[in-house]
Amino acid sequence: MVVQALCFYLFSAVAIASAVMVISSRNPVHSVLFLILAFFNAAGLFVLMGAEFLGMILVVVYLGAVTVLFLFVVMMLNINVAEMRQGFLQYLPIGATVGLILLVELFMVLGGWAISPEAAQVAQVPTPPPEQVSNTAALGNVLYTKYVYLFQASGIVLLVAMIGAIVLTLRTRTGVRRQNLREQSFRTRDESVEVKKVQSGSGV
Amino acid sequence: MLEIGLSHYLSVAAILFTLGIFGIFLNRKNVIVILMSIELMLLAVNINLVAFSTHLNDLVGQVFAMFVLTVAAAEAAIGLAILVIYFRNRGSIAVEDINMMKG
Repeated sequence: MVVQALCFYLFSAVAIASAVMVISSRNPVHSVLFLILAFFNAAGLFVLMGAEFLGMILVVVYLGAVTVLFLFVVMMLNINVAEMRQGFLQYLPIGATVGLILLVELFMVLGGWAISPEAAQVAQVPTPPPEQVSNTAALGNVLYTKYVYLFQASGIVLLVAMIGAIVLTLRTRTGVRRQNLREQSFRTRDESVEVKKVQSGSGV
Repeated sequence: MLEIGLSHYLSVAAILFTLGIFGIFLNRKNVIVILMSIELMLLAVNINLVAFSTHLNDLVGQVFAMFVLTVAAAEAAIGLAILVIYFRNRGSIAVEDINMMKG
């Protein structure tokens, strides 16, 4: 119990601290690296809660793909860091006001709220006991049977996002010489060879 | 204090969500950090979903958290693609100039 509490406080403290660094860091590359740290600690929290599969998915998909994509884009764009910081203090008061109000409201919700005793009975898919079925197997049993259409729909979302990203960033550059096979094979003698009459002694 | 319950996880998620909102306000000039703040907010939502799912013994929350992850990945890909073409056209990523595109 003590180990669990210590792990919870460690993971959540590091996650919150790195989230603060994400939004306040001067360099976008540092922001991305702190985002990676925040996600890693959130994955630790997931494992602590007993959702191992989601924790691992968070590490593989988020740290392995999405944040690395962020890192590539940040390093590819040539960003003027000093210019980025302009207006940082200008928006600080209103941002702090909105954030504080939101935080207080969220904690008020947390304070005056209790789980109804019938909540366990109305569970759509009750979790099987972890000694018999592992979290991954239980999730797969539900995902591929009851929620298979949603699963397919999320696949379509990813496909559309992939095609959209490719279409958006594709461009035809001017001034690039490409091989055009059709033009090559339909070339005639007339357009490629020119016969010139050269007078002797005068050059072309 | 040592008994970690549902409200502990919900508090962490609330703080992360607020930090995400705060980051959007703070970094008005930097679209990349705004996208990262949105990712932070989605992470907070996922923590909420998984916390409720494991404490109420209902697996649907974890299934839904997985779909949220999918949508977040798609959103990041599209957002970064838009960012790249915007930078290619304008040479900067300041959000405040984006309204010049209207009309």
